[in-house]
Amino acid sequence: MTNELDIFVGNTTLIDEDVYRLWLDGYSVNDAVALRVRSGILEQTGATAAVLQSDTMDHYRTFHMLERLLHAPPKLLHQLIFQIPPSRQALLIERYYAFDEAFVREVLGKKLSKGTKKDLDDISTKTGITLKSCRRQFDNFKRVFKVVEEMRGSLVDNIQQHFLLSDRLARDYAAIVFFANNRFETGKKKLQYLSFGDFAFCAELMIQNWTLGAVDSQVDDMDVDLDKEFLQDLKELKVLVADKDLLDLHKSLVCTALRGKLGVFSEMEANFKNLSRGLVNVAAKLTHNKDVRDLFVDLVEKFVEPCRSDHWPLNDVRLFLNQYSASVHSLDGFRHQALWDRYMGTLRGCLLRLYHD
Amino acid sequence: MPGKLKVKIVAGRHLPVMDRASDLTDAFVEVKFGNTTFKTDVYLKSLNPQWNSEWFKFEVDDEDLQDEPLQITVLDHDTYSANDAIGKVYIDIDPLLYSEAATVISGWFPIYDTIHGIRGEINVVVKVDLFNDLNRFRQSSCGVKFFCTTSIPKCYRAVIIHGFVEELVVNEDPEYQWIDRIRTPRASNEARQRLISLMSGELQRKIGLKVLEMRGNAVVGYLQCFDLEGESGLVVRAIGTACTLDKLSSPAAFLPACNSPSKDMKEIPFNEDPNPNTHSSGPSTPLKNQTYSFSPSKSYSRQSSSSDTDLSLTPKTGMGSGSAGKEGGPFKALLRQQTQSALEQREFPFFTLTAFPPGFLVHVGGVVSARSVKLLDRIHNPDEPETRDAWWAEIRQEIKSHAKALGCHAVVGYSESTSICEEVCILSASGTAAVLNPRFLQDGTVESCLEQRLEENLPAGCGFCHIPYDELNMPFPAHLTYCYNCRKQKVPDVLFTTIDLPIDATVIGKGCLIQARLCRLKKKAQAEANATAISNLLPFMEYEVHTQLMNKLKLKGMNALFGLRIQITVGENMLMGLASATGVYLAALPLPGGIQIAGKTPNDGSYEQHVSHMQKKINDTIAKNKELYEINPPEISEEIIGSPIPEPRQRSRLLRSQSESSDEVTELDLSHGKKDAFVLEIDDTDAMEDVHSLLTDVPPPSGFYSCNTEIMPGINNWTSEIQMFTSVRVIRLSSLNLTNQALNKNFNDLCENLLKSLYFKLRSMIPCCLCHVNFTVSLPEDELIQVTVTAVAITFDKNQALQTTKTQVEKSLQRASTDNEELLQFPLELCSDSLPSHPFPPAKEHLESASSNSGIPAAQRATSVDYSSFADRCSSWIELIKLKAQTIRRGSIKTTVTVEKASPMNEGNFRNRSAPPCANSTVGVVKMTPLSFIPGAKITKYLGIINMFFIRETTSLREEGGVSGFLHAFVAEVFAMVRAHVAALGGNAVVSYIMKQCVFMENPNKNQAQCLINVSGDAVVFVHESELEVVSSQPPTANCQSSCPGGDVTT
Repeated sequence: MTNELDIFVGNTTLIDEDVYRLWLDGYSVNDAVALRVRSGILEQTGATAAVLQSDTMDHYRTFHMLERLLHAPPKLLHQLIFQIPPSRQALLIERYYAFDEAFVREVLGKKLSKGTKKDLDDISTKTGITLKSCRRQFDNFKRVFKVVEEMRGSLVDNIQQHFLLSDRLARDYAAIVFFANNRFETGKKKLQYLSFGDFAFCAELMIQNWTLGAVDSQVDDMDVDLDKEFLQDLKELKVLVADKDLLDLHKSLVCTALRGKLGVFSEMEANFKNLSRGLVNVAAKLTHNKDVRDLFVDLVEKFVEPCRSDHWPLNDVRLFLNQYSASVHSLDGFRHQALWDRYMGTLRGCLLRLYHD
Repeated sequence: MPGKLKVKIVAGRHLPVMDRASDLTDAFVEVKFGNTTFKTDVYLKSLNPQWNSEWFKFEVDDEDLQDEPLQITVLDHDTYSANDAIGKVYIDIDPLLYSEAATVISGWFPIYDTIHGIRGEINVVVKVDLFNDLNRFRQSSCGVKFFCTTSIPKCYRAVIIHGFVEELVVNEDPEYQWIDRIRTPRASNEARQRLISLMSGELQRKIGLKVLEMRGNAVVGYLQCFDLEGESGLVVRAIGTACTLDKLSSPAAFLPACNSPSKDMKEIPFNEDPNPNTHSSGPSTPLKNQTYSFSPSKSYSRQSSSSDTDLSLTPKTGMGSGSAGKEGGPFKALLRQQTQSALEQREFPFFTLTAFPPGFLVHVGGVVSARSVKLLDRIHNPDEPETRDAWWAEIRQEIKSHAKALGCHAVVGYSESTSICEEVCILSASGTAAVLNPRFLQDGTVESCLEQRLEENLPAGCGFCHIPYDELNMPFPAHLTYCYNCRKQKVPDVLFTTIDLPIDATVIGKGCLIQARLCRLKKKAQAEANATAISNLLPFMEYEVHTQLMNKLKLKGMNALFGLRIQITVGENMLMGLASATGVYLAALPLPGGIQIAGKTPNDGSYEQHVSHMQKKINDTIAKNKELYEINPPEISEEIIGSPIPEPRQRSRLLRSQSESSDEVTELDLSHGKKDAFVLEIDDTDAMEDVHSLLTDVPPPSGFYSCNTEIMPGINNWTSEIQMFTSVRVIRLSSLNLTNQALNKNFNDLCENLLKSLYFKLRSMIPCCLCHVNFTVSLPEDELIQVTVTAVAITFDKNQALQTTKTQVEKSLQRASTDNEELLQFPLELCSDSLPSHPFPPAKEHLESASSNSGIPAAQRATSVDYSSFADRCSSWIELIKLKAQTIRRGSIKTTVTVEKASPMNEGNFRNRSAPPCANSTVGVVKMTPLSFIPGAKITKYLGIINMFFIRETTSLREEGGVSGFLHAFVAEVFAMVRAHVAALGGNAVVSYIMKQCVFMENPNKNQAQCLINVSGDAVVFVHESELEVVSSQPPTANCQSSCPGGDVTT
C-alpha cells in the first residue's frame, strides 16, 4: 500500500514556520523529515513518521507554488490562489529574502552574473550552506539588482516598494546592490575580518553622500552609481599632501590640538604624513574604476593596518580623524573645503566602522 | 424581453506572457451570453491591460438569464495567426435575479484555463435590469431563492415548509461525442463545463417552477449532483425542500418584542404573506382552507397536538389545561388525519433539511434507506429522461413505505446519491423516518409552537426520542424502555438518524465521529452478471456496516448516532462501504449495553483466556471512552418506571392499555411495507478480526474532537477562528490477490492515517473540533482507492470548555430563548421571563429526575450474543436476496435496507452562544465553511447560491509536480475561484460549502491527468458579533453568555 496522491489544501493556507525554514535552507524532503524527527516533534504530538513525511511534502509543495509569487512580492499580495493573512505574507517574504552572513560575504561586490552563479558550488562547500539555498540567495540578489538597478528615486525606497521588505532588510539589499554595481573588492584576505554589517554601514554612508542622488534626486541610477564628477574633483585634494607647506601646517594644527589628548600621540606624530598621504591618495585615485573597486583594500592597507600595528585605541582614532578633517578648514591656502567635507565626512564614518580586529 | 444584462470589462492583471519576443501580451476580451458576443479593443503590449470598456448590453429572456452563464474569454491578439485563448471566466448571474440577493457582481475573477489553470485576473462588472413579467405561463422562475443550507437560513423565518422538490435533466456527455476525437482537450473540457453550467441553470429554473407551483418562494437544502454515466450520458439531478420564507427584517424587529408574547407574533404571518392563501392554496395544501374556515378547531387542534407530541401525559400530571385532556382525544384523531392526509397529498413527504424550527419534529422513527443496482443504457431522448426519473421514483417509493412501516409519515434529512462504475450504477437514498408537526406544513403559524412550549415547560429534549410506532406491532425487534427523561413514553435503546442533533436534545458529555469501514472483493464481470454480483453483496455490506457502527457506538459508551451517511462505492473488482456519523449519549435513552465476546469453542481453555483478555480490553476501552467524552450519566436509583422492561411478549398486554390511552398507535398502518423493512440490531461480534478492528481506532489526540454534524454537543464556546480544508488521498493496493481482510485493513489504515494527518496539521488550533467531517470514497481504477475529506476545524475556548451535563440541561431548558433569535421571532419572552429566574434549579431537578429512572446496572444490560436472532435475521436477508434475484432478470436489481431508530428536532445552532468574538475581519478575506453558520458572527444577508464545476487537465503531469502537485494546485484554484465569486457578489463567506464531486483520473505513462470538481454553497455577508454588539443592544446574546458557567459576559 503506497500513497499515490496525498494533499491537504486549506482555505487559509497553512504555513509551518519550521518547515519553511527547512525549505529555505534547501533541505530535501527526506532531510527535512529527519531534522524534524530529531527536533522531538513526534514525541510532542504523538504523530508517526509517515504523518510527518506527508505533512512535510505538503508544505514543500505549497512553498514551491508560492515561490513563483515570492519572486515578485506585490503579486503575493494581490493573487487570489492562496488566502494568507497579511502578517503571514510579510513573514513569508521577509524570510524568503533573508540571507546568510556567510553567503553574502562571499558574493558581496561580485558581479551578479552567470559566472558567479557557477561558483556557487564552491561557496556552498566552503560555507556549508546547501547549494539550493545559495542559489535562492544569489537569485534574490540578482532579482533585486535587476529591478532597481536603473530606477530613479531612493534605492532603499525602491527596494521596499518592489519587494515589500522590512526597512532593515531593504537597507541590506541596498548595500548589496550598491556593492554589486560598483564591484567593490571585499574578498581579499585582508578584508576577511570585516562583516557584512561593516560593509553595509559604509555602503549606506556612501550612498548618502557620494552618489548622484546625494546632489540631485531626479536622476536615473541615482543611488547606485557614484557621482563621477565628484570623483574627478577629488584629484584636487592632492594638494594637501603635494604642497609641503600645506602638509606641515595641517600636521602642526592637528598635533597642537591633540597634544596630551591621545595615548598614541607620538606614534601619530610620527605617522601623520604617511596616514594623510594614504587618505588623500585614495581620494585622488578614485577616478579609475579599478581603484574604486579597491577602495576598501586601500583603506585597510593605508590606514587601518598602520594604526592597528601601533595599537591605536578606537577612541584615539576617532579623535584623530575628527581633528584631521576639521583642521583642514583652518588651512587658508586650501580652497576645496566643501569637497573635502563630502569626502572626509563619509570616509571618517567608514574608517571608524572598519577599525576593529 | 424581460431582462437586460449589462457587462463592463474594466481591467486585467498578472496576465501570462503570450508573446515570447516582447515578453508581453496584446489582450482583448470576448463577452458572450447566449448567442450574442461583444469584444473589447485590443490593449497592446501589457500584462496589466486597462480596457475600461463600454457597457455591453444583452437583451434576453429571463429563461435564458437563468439557464445561461455569462462567458468571458480573454484572448491574445495575433495579427498573423489565430488569436490564442488565455482563459475564461464563467459567471452565474442567477444571484442577480432575485431582489434580496446581490445587486451587482463586481470584482476580480481568476482567468481560468482548463489546461494551464489560473492565468491572471480580470475585473468585471455585471448588472441585470429585470422587467416585471406577469405572464402566468412563463417558463422561468426568477425570484425563487436557493439555499444549500439544510436548515432554515439564519435571517429567514419559515412560514410554510411545503416539501420535496426534485428534477433531473440528461444530455450526452461532450467527452463521448464523436467530435471529441478531432477537437483539442481544451475545447472538449470547455464544452463540458459549459454544458454542465447550462444544465444546472436549466435544472434550477425547473425546480423553481415547481416551487412556484407549490406557492413557495425558496428552496432550502438544495443538493445538486451530476452523474457521469460515460457513454450513456450526463445526468444532472437535484433535490430540495420547497419553503415559503419570510425575511426577518432587521435585528430591531425582534429586539423590542421582549414582553409582548405570541400575540404580536401571531399576526406576522398574516400580515406578511402578501397573498393570503385562503383561496389560492395549491394542491399541496388543500387542508388549509378547512382550517382557516373552521378556526375553533384550529386552535383546539393546536393544543391537542401539543399533547400529542411531548406532552401526551400532560393531563395526568395535571400540568397544562385539564380540559384539553378530555377533548384532546377526538381532536387529536382529527389532527392526525389532517397531518396524515396533508402529507399523503404529496407524492413524497420528504425533507432535505437536517435541522428544523423548534417544534417541527415530533418523533423520530429511524433511518430508512434504499439502494438499487441499475444497468446504464444510452439515454435516447434527452428531453424525456423517463428511465432515470422512474428509477428514482421507485427508490423514493421504497423509502416512503419504509417510513410508513416505522409509523412515520415523513422522511427528514433525506439525500440521494449514486456510484457508477462502467455501466453499473448504484442508486442510493436515505433519510430519517419522522413524525412532523403539521402546522408548519400548512399555514405556518409557527408561534403556536411557542404556546406549546410555554405549556409544556418540562420534558425537554426527549420528545423526539419517543417511538412513533406501535410497541405491539414493532417493525423490528427492539428493546424498549421508558424514556429516561420524562419516564412517560417508550424509547428505543439506540437511535440512528441522518439529521443533525436537535438543539434541545439533552446530551450527556461530548460526541465523537464514528466510522464504519468495509471492503468486499468482487469478481470482475460484465453487465448483468456484474449487477447481480453487486446486488448480492449489498445486503451483507449493509449488515456489516451496521454491526460495526453499533459496536463502535457501544465501545464509545454512547447510544445515538446523528448525521449518519452510508456510502457504498462500486469499483471494478470491489465494493467499499463507508459510514460516518456522530455518536452521542442521549439522556433520554438507556445506558448502552456493553460488548460481550463469546467464544465459539468454549471448551478450549487458552482460547477462553484470549476471549476474556479481549473482553477486558474492550471493557477498559469503554471505560476510557466514557471518561474521554465525559459521559457520566446520572446515577440510577429506585423507581420502577425505568426499571428493566419485561420481555417484549410479556409486557405487551401491559403496554397495550397504555398505548391505547395515548391513542397514537391504533391508526397506524404498520402492516404495509413491513415485509421488506429490515432493521438490524446487533450486539455480537462474530469474528476476532472485528474485535481487533474495533480496538485499532485511535481516539483523536487530546484537545481535538471531531464530528460530522454541524455542531459538537458539549462544546459551545467557539472562537471565530475557522479553517476549512480539503484533503485527498489515493492509495495503490499492492498485490493483485488481495483478501477481504487485507483490503479492510488497508482501507482502515487509509482513513485512520488521514485523520491522524489532519490532527497533526491542525495542531496549532488546539483546542479545536473538526466539524462536518465529510469523507467520500471512490475507486477510480482497479487498485486505487481515493478518499476525499472536507471539514472545518473550529477552535474553542478551553477555559469555557468544561461545560458538562448541567449546562446541557440548562441549555435545553432555555432553548427557546437561545436557539435562534433570527430564525423565529418569538423566543424573547422566554428569555426575559423564565430564563433568568430559574436557570439552575430546574436543571438540577432535571438531573435528578433523569437519574432516578434507569434502574439497571450496566453489566446486567450488556447484551450478550444472541445467535438465534442473528440467524433469523440472516435467513430473512437471504430470503430478501432471493427475492431480489428474481428481479435481476428484468435487468434491474434492487436491494433495500431499513435500519434502526432515529431522532431530532429543531435548529441546531450554537452561534449565539459562541465565545467572546474576536478577530477583525481583514479586507478581502472570504471564509468558507461546510457549516450553516460562522462562529462568533451573524449572517446578515444571503447573496445566492454558488454552484461551480471545473475541469482541469494536464499533459505535463511530471512538470507540474506529479499527481499531488497537480491536484493540490487545482483544489487551491477552485477555492480561489469560489472566493472570487463570493467577493464579487459583495460577500465575505460561503456557508454550507460542499465539494460534491472530485473525480480524478491519471495516466502517468502518457504524463497526463484530468480532474473534475463540483462545489456548491451559499454566498453570505456576515458581521462579527463584536461589531454587531456596538450597533444593537442584544438581550439574547447576553442571555446565552450568562448561561455558560464562567462565561465571561463582559468580554
